[in-house]
Amino acid sequence: MSRERSLRWCGPLLLSALCATGCRQDMHDQPKGEPMEASAFFADGRVARPLVEGVVARGELDLDPHLSTGKVGGKHVETFPFAIDAAALERGRERYGIFCAPCHDAAGLGEGMIVQRGMKRPPSLHIERLRAAPVGYYFDVISNGFGAMYDYADRIRVEDRWKIIAYVRALQLSQNATLGDAPADERARLEAQ
Amino acid sequence: MAQVFHPSTNTLSKVSIFGGVFFVLGALWLVDELNRSPYVTQAGVVRAQPVAFGHKHHVAGLGIDCRYCHTSVEEAAFAGIPSTKTCMTCHSQIWTEAPMLEPVREAFRSDASIAWTRVHDLPDFAYFDHSIHLAKGVGCSTCHGPVDQMPLAWREHSLNMEWCIECHREPERFVRPPSEVFNMDYEPAQPQSELGPALVRELHIKGRTNCSACHR
Ligand code: HEC
Ligand code: HEC
Ligand code: HEC
Ligand code: HEC
Ligand code: HEC
Ligand code: HEC
Repeated sequence: MSRERSLRWCGPLLLSALCATGCRQDMHDQPKGEPMEASAFFADGRVARPLVEGVVARGELDLDPHLSTGKVGGKHVETFPFAIDAAALERGRERYGIFCAPCHDAAGLGEGMIVQRGMKRPPSLHIERLRAAPVGYYFDVISNGFGAMYDYADRIRVEDRWKIIAYVRALQLSQNATLGDAPADERARLEAQ
Repeated sequence: MAQVFHPSTNTLSKVSIFGGVFFVLGALWLVDELNRSPYVTQAGVVRAQPVAFGHKHHVAGLGIDCRYCHTSVEEAAFAGIPSTKTCMTCHSQIWTEAPMLEPVREAFRSDASIAWTRVHDLPDFAYFDHSIHLAKGVGCSTCHGPVDQMPLAWREHSLNMEWCIECHREPERFVRPPSEVFNMDYEPAQPQSELGPALVRELHIKGRTNCSACHR
């Protein structure tokens, strides 16, 4: 009798145990889409959706072509769209190190690690032509690529691109400074060397 | 009528009741241990990938910064997996014939995705955010281990709740200056017992142990 009663409980217990483990997996992998997950719903198999033609993301309305294209009236701009301070330059240095130095190297001579491993050698950023190039030209190169160099538009924010350019300008100054550029007290020390 | 059971069965029944308790406890312990073992958590298990991408080669060998590929790690919850185009910034010129890289070129030509096998994947009911951890000085290597030495990626820690909480209870044992979070060979300049509490004060780090921090 008692044996029979305990057996009667076995079925439901087993069933609820199975249910519990089943639910567990449901909650582990919910039907929502995580970033970059595969999707069975969309034809291209991706959860990430491309923007519909003509959509402008919030806060990204292009009001200032100077800032967002580096061109005004079809010509490359000569000036930065915002004031460059020490913090901006520091940010530019950091971003340059991440995104440009692998090929252009830390000093901009074009002998980075990837070039040593077989990448096409970029020109030095210190050649006359590039020193004379307007800042808008650099913006164009970063945003749209140039020859063998792919564009970085999807990975570097617009503001950061300008900060990188500011840092490139600083590099160009540093590599081409004359004695006359040093402050008076430093100049005396340098001349003594 | 004669006794059915010999008196020794008294002892036997006591022992089996007692043993039963131990057996149940032992089984529970075993399940618990199993749940923490690499067999379940996959810690330390190398994953096969559609392309044998090596962090060792690219990070330690070539010195490429994490953010060149995992672009959104500082600003977003999701660290970001590089697009095929990111690979092609270099591989359109380097190793262009290597059969190893054929899936990358094929994906680039056909605009398909490379289906990387996820190495870390929290259950969907747990919320995780990279940006706050980096801002508060938790380095990549604290959670992901020596990624720059991995020929193929594996998961260094269990990612169990226990692991998250261990640090959330005592962040001072793990934090470093935020400028060092990308440094894969970081060693604290002064003893962690002094540096840790100082950083916790300076960065206003709070030990988040309320359930709603992660289960929102
Ligand atoms: C993967 C390697 C690589 C990276 C990273 C890279 N470049 Fe280049 N860059 C090149 C190559 C190669 C060229 C030469 C392209 C050519 O002549 O076909 C080049 C050319 C240039 C030029 C010269 C264009 C001209 O008129 O000659 C500029 C300016 C430049 N890059 C800026 C940058 C900046 C700024 C960054 C960082 C955001 C960057 N590059 C990142 C490879 C790279
Ligand atoms: C050249 C591009 C590149 C660089 C640089 C890079 N990664 Fe990765 N990373 C990838 C790719 C591609 C994957 C996916 C394939 C895999 O898991 O190995 C990945 C995967 C990972 C994963 C596992 C993700 C998962 O599936 O859960 C971690 C963790 C990681 N990277 C950390 C780092 C860290 C830390 C650095 C800097 C030290 C770094 N990566 C630098 C390309 C890169
Ligand atoms: C910044 C340049 C750069 C980027 C970006 C890059 N690679 Fe590489 N990769 C290289 C170089 C250079 C080599 C050759 C290394 C050598 O010669 O020592 C290489 C080698 C490889 C190899 C063979 C060697 C090995 O064991 O890793 C694979 C596979 C590979 N890359 C895959 C990828 C994938 C997938 C991506 C995109 C997530 C990627 N690479 C992004 C520069 C890059
Ligand atoms: C506090 C611990 C922690 C730190 C610090 C950390 N990660 Fe992660 N990382 C995780 C966890 C947990 C996941 C799994 C997230 C998920 O499944 O939602 C993850 C996932 C990833 C992924 C896979 C994509 C994703 O976001 O799910 C990459 C790539 C990655 N981390 C790279 C990095 C890099 C690069 C750094 C350093 C800049 C870093 N992580 C720092 C814990 C950490
Ligand atoms: C090595 C240390 C460490 C580990 C491991 C760690 N965290 Fe954190 N976490 C922190 C620190 C430090 C903060 C910042 C707390 C603060 O000051 O707000 C934080 C904050 C967070 C926040 C933001 C809380 C809020 O209220 O905004 C979330 C969510 C979080 N962690 C989730 C996780 C999850 C999930 C895991 C495990 C997968 C994890 N963390 C593992 C150190 C860690
Ligand atoms: C620091 C982040 C964090 C906090 C705080 C946290 N959890 Fe969790 N929790 C997690 C993560 C991550 C997992 C998933 C672990 C795994 O991979 O199984 C988890 C798993 C769980 C599970 C297991 C679900 C299952 O199916 O395995 C339960 C139950 C749970 N949490 C309850 C709680 C409760 C109750 C609290 C408050 C006392 C809490 N958690 C606080 C991160 C957290």
